[in-house]
Amino acid sequence: MNWEIVMGLEVHLQLATQSKIFSGSATQFGAEPNCQADPVDLGMPGMLPVLNEEAVRHAVTFGLGIGAKIGERSVFDRKNYFYPDLPKGYQVSQFFAPIVCEGVFDVAMPDGSLLPIRITRAHLEEDAGKSVHDIFPRETGIDLNRAGTPLLEIVTEPDFRTAEQAVAYLKALHSLVTYLGISDGNMAEGSMRCDINISLRERGTDALGTRTEIKNVNSFRFVERAIHVECERQADILDSGGRIIQETRLYDAEQNVTRSMRSKEVANDYRYFPEPDLLPIEIDADYIEAVRATLPELPGAKRNRFVSDYGLSEYDATLLVPNHAMASFFEAVVDHCHAAKPAANWILGDLSGALNRADIAIEHSPLSAQQLAGLISRIEDGTLSSKLAKQVFDAMWEGLGDADEIIESRGLKQVSDAGALETMVAEVIAANPDQVAQYVAADEAKRKKLSGFFVGQIMKASQGQANPQLLNQLLLEKLDAQS
Amino acid sequence: MPDNDVLTASVSELHRMLSARTISSEELVSTYLGQIEAENEALNAVITLCREQALADAREADHVLSRGEGNPLTGIPLLHKDIFCTQGVRTTCGSHMLETFEPAYDATVVAKLKAAGTVTLGKCNMDEFAMGSSNETSYFGAVKNPWDLNCVPGGSSGGSAAALAAGFAPLVTGTDTGGSIRQPASLCGITGLKPTYGRVSRLGIIAFASSLDQAGPMARSAEDCAHMLTAMSGIDAGDSTSADRAVPDFAAALNGEIEGLRIGIPREYFSEALNPEVRERIMAALSVLEKAGARLVDIDLPHTHYAIATYYVIAPAEASANLARYDGVRFGHRCDAPIDLEDLYLRSRSEGFGEEVQRRILVGTYALSSGFYDAYFNKAQQVRRIIAEDFHRAFEMVDVIAGPSAPNVAFERGAKQQDPVAMYMEDIYTLAVNLAGLPGLSTPAGLINGMPVGLQLIGKAFDETTILNTAHRLQQDTDWHTIRPNFGAFQS
Repeated sequence: MNWEIVMGLEVHLQLATQSKIFSGSATQFGAEPNCQADPVDLGMPGMLPVLNEEAVRHAVTFGLGIGAKIGERSVFDRKNYFYPDLPKGYQVSQFFAPIVCEGVFDVAMPDGSLLPIRITRAHLEEDAGKSVHDIFPRETGIDLNRAGTPLLEIVTEPDFRTAEQAVAYLKALHSLVTYLGISDGNMAEGSMRCDINISLRERGTDALGTRTEIKNVNSFRFVERAIHVECERQADILDSGGRIIQETRLYDAEQNVTRSMRSKEVANDYRYFPEPDLLPIEIDADYIEAVRATLPELPGAKRNRFVSDYGLSEYDATLLVPNHAMASFFEAVVDHCHAAKPAANWILGDLSGALNRADIAIEHSPLSAQQLAGLISRIEDGTLSSKLAKQVFDAMWEGLGDADEIIESRGLKQVSDAGALETMVAEVIAANPDQVAQYVAADEAKRKKLSGFFVGQIMKASQGQANPQLLNQLLLEKLDAQS
Repeated sequence: MPDNDVLTASVSELHRMLSARTISSEELVSTYLGQIEAENEALNAVITLCREQALADAREADHVLSRGEGNPLTGIPLLHKDIFCTQGVRTTCGSHMLETFEPAYDATVVAKLKAAGTVTLGKCNMDEFAMGSSNETSYFGAVKNPWDLNCVPGGSSGGSAAALAAGFAPLVTGTDTGGSIRQPASLCGITGLKPTYGRVSRLGIIAFASSLDQAGPMARSAEDCAHMLTAMSGIDAGDSTSADRAVPDFAAALNGEIEGLRIGIPREYFSEALNPEVRERIMAALSVLEKAGARLVDIDLPHTHYAIATYYVIAPAEASANLARYDGVRFGHRCDAPIDLEDLYLRSRSEGFGEEVQRRILVGTYALSSGFYDAYFNKAQQVRRIIAEDFHRAFEMVDVIAGPSAPNVAFERGAKQQDPVAMYMEDIYTLAVNLAGLPGLSTPAGLINGMPVGLQLIGKAFDETTILNTAHRLQQDTDWHTIRPNFGAFQS
């Protein structure tokens, strides 16, 4: 059977606030267990939540970032269920009236086209703690550091038809939220977790099939793989005449399979009702405008501007823009050297390579934008050949100074003086009569190859500083003159 | 035999004595501690005594007073209902679940009263998690009414009311979710005020039903309540539902002037359900106010009869979530040797909670269940608004609404224990006030066969002053609030 995949995504985004959504505890990752949990986070008797305004602002920022409608009056609800790492026995969330209502998010696909994804809603909620099963034999430890961390749950309509679309959406979302500064987007630390609702239907039909939900997938790669294996699993069942059971599943990355969660862990009746300890969030037009005024240029607009203002290719722009820090680095380089295309090439090429090898984010690059611009300027004015430029780049990466300092101290200036080069050419020809004879005897095709010997000798003699174009020209003139 | 004057004196009189140094706070506190130690066994009103800390705090207060400093409450002893978290002092909420729970923090009310100079003597017994109208559901045993030891003191602030009436303290705190200050105040012959929802911070008060809970003062007079309310009130950054309203000096506003005051008499509060003798006492009290210049106006609160049904959906629903945190994981009672998670939950909660608490958790869980939410919780929320509108309309015509605080005087222990609905009817006149978030107080209105009756006065939102002033006038013109039970130090 020819199946069409239908998917909707729910992303839990950790908001970058100093303190938790309802308490003053810090939200830093990796602290000693239970060191960032106060009586509110512990659900101690008599404790009450107080809403962190920063979380509200982040949520509104997101809503405006995707052009969604902001809920004028959103309400917190209690989602009731028992679990040891859920201290109060309920999670404070927004069920009936979310802070961000419907919107459309245009996702840039790798081919440069735009895929509009309908956002159903985004709501604020608190994270739960963590159950730790592998420290104490036969016992479970509870770490409540994460309890009360502010989350924005972003829910889409079932608009995805391929794993590629889902991954493109997640990447675009990741890019957007880091642009907006509302999340660090650190997936390894759980700042962005994805639930995938997935079903199959016969291609050409409209009705939705029974779906499963794959919970808590935390990398782009795993999302792609999880979708593939779950689709295969569902297709196998349907092809053999079986029925899909609506259930929650987990993706096991090691085995590359999805597994049904034990029924006890699956949602039952959450008995949502309005949280009486918190007032509704009222958001007026003034507040919205004040937040709107703080919105940065968003990835889509920036991509367009990079193409129109800097003359970059769509391809380069699409590579530079998603990482906000990289885009800013690019603009800083261009600001200093006014050479956009070489700047893009250096950043996407050598710099990215070096950063990746050293596992350093571009915002922590040991080589500053100003330094890279200095290097590019020396290439543009002909001081450095691309070969020398790589040497200078490496030295700058090692922290040995700016381009000009390194050129000066190593005497790396390109020799473009025709007189000096002619002398060198003459010396090499005189010192290698056998090779000259070979050259003279060779046909046109072979000559090109044989000339490389002389170029190598001269480069060696000049310590690589000979201007390659000029050298080639002078050398061929002389050699050809021998025959 | 301790000095009876000290055990009956008003806060103002005690303040005068303390300021004049005719008595020290230490002596005052010693006297009250002695009273509790001598007489509490008969009442079971106090379940934790803080003798050493209280004496140390009293000496501290004496330092302040001897410098000529302090305020109206400096050095005045006080008891807290055991629903208020007290740092380092066990806070049980009347439950086995929290039998050994020692909070690391003070409730805002406790902190404010401490800052005002009061000295905490100990903690009062109460219905378990404030669920009850007779103080029979406490894990620590029933509280007895000092007016008749066979009778209940009312609930859930029954320990507080009995302690106050017995002369264990001049001031006690209570909380009122559906009548838990006013009904026991009525049954024990004292003055008790439930403030407007939001007037007093709920931070550090163990939650029963968050949208209804409100803490308030219980004392010998409206004036004493006023002093205490001033100290307790005010917006709290830690409670989002606390109101950003200026806090007047409630005591200073008491002038007893009620000329032209319009008092609404709701027909629905004087139906056949009301004990005729209670009706008679209430009418007598109202005629005193009428003589003082007030005008009695017949009004209707047409949706009154929905209050009990509405309340017994909303309060248990909120409670079912509020009490979910008692799961045996982080604090509170944990069963022995649980075999798995479900066993841990099931036994910890079944052992830790008493019957009435479990009943309300079940009712509340049911009312919120998928498929029943609209029929129960949602409907109850709608009716709640309609009940509030009843009051709103009535207050366009009157300044105060008056009626009984409870349908009867105190009943015998055990009389209603097997019949939860009969017990719920105890709060028939008080529940609606919580649903509407309004202030209400109970003030003594005489005795029936030696047992106290309470007049309830209901005010507009944030107008505690008017009901306090009306009660104050009644207390100037009558001596009902000065009648003491024939118990302990007051025994004739």
